[in-house]
Amino acid sequence: MSSDFGDSSFSSDLGGKVGDKELQEFLVAEKQKAQFNAQIHEFNDFCWEKCVDKPSNKLDSRTETCLSNCVDRFIDVSLLITNRFAQLLQKSAGGGL
Amino acid sequence: MEGISNLSGAQKDELMDQVKQQIAVANAQELLTKMTEKCFKKCISKPGTSLDSSEQKCVAMCMDRFMDSWNLVSKAYSMRIQRERTNM
Repeated sequence: MSSDFGDSSFSSDLGGKVGDKELQEFLVAEKQKAQFNAQIHEFNDFCWEKCVDKPSNKLDSRTETCLSNCVDRFIDVSLLITNRFAQLLQKSAGGGL
Repeated sequence: MEGISNLSGAQKDELMDQVKQQIAVANAQELLTKMTEKCFKKCISKPGTSLDSSEQKCVAMCMDRFMDSWNLVSKAYSMRIQRERTNM
């Protein structure tokens, strides 16, 4: 999963090619929206598998809680792993590699 | 890419509309693909010679629940982003 909680590289990429400021800002905003949407698709993909049993007349409250917890815990895990991985890298770099 | 900075106001609006529309179409397609995949999996355990009525009912219900789930996930994600922003 790509954890794009906001991407600033896009604007600098475009800076050289598109002189038009309005267009540039528009594209940055649209790209952010698209990334946000793609992330929701991904979350919904596996949280659906984890939380939803047989489809019924409505989502019961247990399923609803499971879905929102699923999103939050996934982000927690993503952050935890990112931080710990950075630490591991640092340690191995400090160890004279 | 030459000339993109010389667009007139109307051309620019048209371009932006096109981009928005293409994104909307791509989103709808993604949703449709995922929905088909997930609801097939949930509702058709043993594919028979036709879709029987209980399978059809299940698929219809599944589509609605899938949208519910999508909206809920979207809400949870936005709230998390907001929380992370205020904590920064």
